[in-house]
Amino acid sequence: MSNVFFLADFVGEKATRVNAELATAGARIGAVTAIVLAPIGTGSVRAAALTTGAISSVIVIESADFQNHGVAASADAIAQLVVQKTPDVLLVASHAFGKELAGIVAVATNSGIITDASDVSAQAVATQIIFGGSTTVHSQVVHGTKIITVRPNSISIDPVASSPSIEVIAIKVSEVAKKATVTATLPPVQGGRPELTDADIVVSGGRGTNGDFSAVEAFADSLGAAVGASRAATDAGWYPHTHQVGQTGKTVSPQLYVACGISGAIQHRAGMQTSKLIAVINKDSEAPIFELADFGIIGDLFTVLPQATEGVKARKA
Amino acid sequence: MKIAVCVKQVPDSWAEKKMVSGFLDRLNVDAVLNDLDEYAVEEAIRISEAHGGNDVGGANSVTVICMGPERATDAIRKSLSMGADGGILITDPTLAGADALLTSHVLAEVIKKEGFDLVICGTESTDARMSVIPAMIAARLGWAQLTFASSVTVDPNASSVSISRSTEAGVDSMTANFPVVIGVIEKINEPRYPSFKGIMAAKKKTIESRDLATVGISAQSPWSQVTDSSLRPPRAVGVKITDDGTAGEKLVAFLADKKLI
Repeated sequence: MSNVFFLADFVGEKATRVNAELATAGARIGAVTAIVLAPIGTGSVRAAALTTGAISSVIVIESADFQNHGVAASADAIAQLVVQKTPDVLLVASHAFGKELAGIVAVATNSGIITDASDVSAQAVATQIIFGGSTTVHSQVVHGTKIITVRPNSISIDPVASSPSIEVIAIKVSEVAKKATVTATLPPVQGGRPELTDADIVVSGGRGTNGDFSAVEAFADSLGAAVGASRAATDAGWYPHTHQVGQTGKTVSPQLYVACGISGAIQHRAGMQTSKLIAVINKDSEAPIFELADFGIIGDLFTVLPQATEGVKARKA
Repeated sequence: MKIAVCVKQVPDSWAEKKMVSGFLDRLNVDAVLNDLDEYAVEEAIRISEAHGGNDVGGANSVTVICMGPERATDAIRKSLSMGADGGILITDPTLAGADALLTSHVLAEVIKKEGFDLVICGTESTDARMSVIPAMIAARLGWAQLTFASSVTVDPNASSVSISRSTEAGVDSMTANFPVVIGVIEKINEPRYPSFKGIMAAKKKTIESRDLATVGISAQSPWSQVTDSSLRPPRAVGVKITDDGTAGEKLVAFLADKKLI
């Protein structure tokens, strides 16, 4: 039977949903071991939080170096563990930290790496959706431990409960992995909007806002979304040009794009048509943007958006 | 300071990209300097300029390193027209379709021989979008990595670099001594447009071409491979409703159904 390791994912001391997703994917392939990297004294608390998904065992590695020396130190510990235990597969969450760590471990263990998998099969074949959503690719690692980073929120969780055995392993982070030092850490700014190009959700306003972006911004904030604008809106001076989505602006490909009061000129569509899901609010039922809509509303954005904003807030409360 | 910038030539973001026999078809599309690498070129030039530049009284140089086919020279030339000083193109038929492990190996070997203080990279290419190359280069060289930088401060006297690392996990202040691999994100600067003077000057700058043997490594079999690829079906016709006073709630229900909230 194959051995699958996954790097347990935490925000502060809180285990994220990704752990159950990685465990679910891993269990298709073989016996699953979660790796917990923790500051000294917190490993057992973190390990105890891994209860969802078919996790057979947890390996805990504690070191102050993980906090003090960034991703290189964590990757060094994982690489040493991979060399020791030679797992068949290593799964990691596909975020900035996870992808970098996976890349470093791939170099250190001479293993192949696939990033941004949206699914992983029982044979460890990864599915990727590429080129702005136009193409599906299946690929596999053919050398070393199969290192695959998996996009959060793409695998449906098998909600089986588990009570894995916990083993603490002592690993000393190599000096070469401690050359960069973290001098201060700030958690993500609450209420700050994400960047247009890497946001999961983008809410954009156009001519239909008539210059008033407050409803668009409020809805964006309820979703933790970035705010975009059509060229008509930026040319009118209603919103900064840096937020322009379209041929002469930025190209976005979020999970969800909400076009509010935007007619959908080719110029704009070129910048957003590869979005995974598109919602449209427009008073003009003939607006070409409706051709792209997964969910289209013929209506006034100033009545629809506030209602939707309240609805999102109510669900999140 | 000797500064290197690693750049990639990629298909134009507007071009329709296709897979052919498991690889991206690069021949039949327009190719451009990777957007995100322009920020790396800009940052390198700014660091050089802030510390005396490379001509009057300055001792800094910015070398652009690119792996790709002959026509990737255009990506280097564009970087030179922005203000970089020289370029190295690593081109070899056996490198076609190289994965991240091979690419990082080749780049690291070139960097090692030139003795740079700083290597600056964009965070990802707009075609492969892996964002692993900066970390892989640092790992191969055994250098410090300061990546996902939204700001960079270099102190040549202390041979140190400080950055703000901005990711979804928050902002870390990080510091390291030369030599350092720096990865920059879009927030860091606004890349300049090449001026006419810059374009003319770039024509006189040197681009050195090296094959794999010159780099000093041999061709390697890939670590991963594509088994199949297919075009995804076109967008299905969606739901279209007229607001009857509950459209906002229906939108929320749609988002919940799609697990977006």
